[in-house]
Amino acid sequence: MSGRRSRSRQSSAVSRITDDQINDLVSKLQQLLPEIRDRCSDKVSAARVLQETCNYIRSLHREVDDLSERLSELLATTDTAQAAIIRNLLMQ
Amino acid sequence: MASTLISNHPVTNSERTRDSKKKKKKKINNSTNQNSLSQSRNRWKSEREQQIYSSKLLQALQQVRLSPSPASTSAPRGGRAVREAADRVLAVTAKGRTRWSRAILTNRLKLKFMKHKRQRVSAAAAGNIRSSKKPRVSILRLKGKNFPALRRKVRVLGRLVPGCKKEPLPVILEEATDYISALEMQIRAMTALTNLLSRATTSAPPPS
Repeated sequence: MSGRRSRSRQSSAVSRITDDQINDLVSKLQQLLPEIRDRCSDKVSAARVLQETCNYIRSLHREVDDLSERLSELLATTDTAQAAIIRNLLMQ
Repeated sequence: MASTLISNHPVTNSERTRDSKKKKKKKINNSTNQNSLSQSRNRWKSEREQQIYSSKLLQALQQVRLSPSPASTSAPRGGRAVREAADRVLAVTAKGRTRWSRAILTNRLKLKFMKHKRQRVSAAAAGNIRSSKKPRVSILRLKGKNFPALRRKVRVLGRLVPGCKKEPLPVILEEATDYISALEMQIRAMTALTNLLSRATTSAPPPS
């Protein structure tokens, strides 16, 4: 029992993270999501933002996977000299 | 060719450290969450970060390609190896300031020494379960917003962002914002690299 009480005391210190701060973070996240940012810029529910975030991260992961596949195929065909040339182009 | 690359690196590194020192001074002056979040987004959007990432990625990919041995079990397929290298370079570019970048880097070490670490990891996990009850209680305390549906979504989000499975809500949100910006930069850099490579392969005929 006392363990739970001390834990609640500690957690009340953590929950000093106010609702406003959470709202702030959620709105920042909202600005990053292209879905919500382009369509409806008023307040959307936190659940919607979280759902869109999960979907967006998953789609970003898929895109990175696709790009990795293409890159691996391309790298298999080019040789080191060409890659060094490209590196120099990038360093401009 | 390699020497030009090495000579170019110190220039960008010194520029970066000078600018990062200026940014750190600004951070100390206005030490609110807002500034750190907007700075992280601007950081991932800057051209320089993308160039740094691209060059490091190219270096890492060279190493991946030079050892395409079928005997290695850690890199079974080329695409997977490229993805892991890209994530690792992304985490390195993040300079370990965020949880997800640290988690990516430590996960790779864990995979390498899986046999030895398995006992240590299980012992650490047992200790973590006891300590992770604290953050879970803090999520319950947050007033009104936390219906089980929200909590479930937060858990799913925590699983998507590496290293945030057992973190409280505000930490997960903050990590997610930085992670999304970093992923977008990763995609931009890899797309540019793919376009360059495909143009190079079509313009210059491969040696027979």
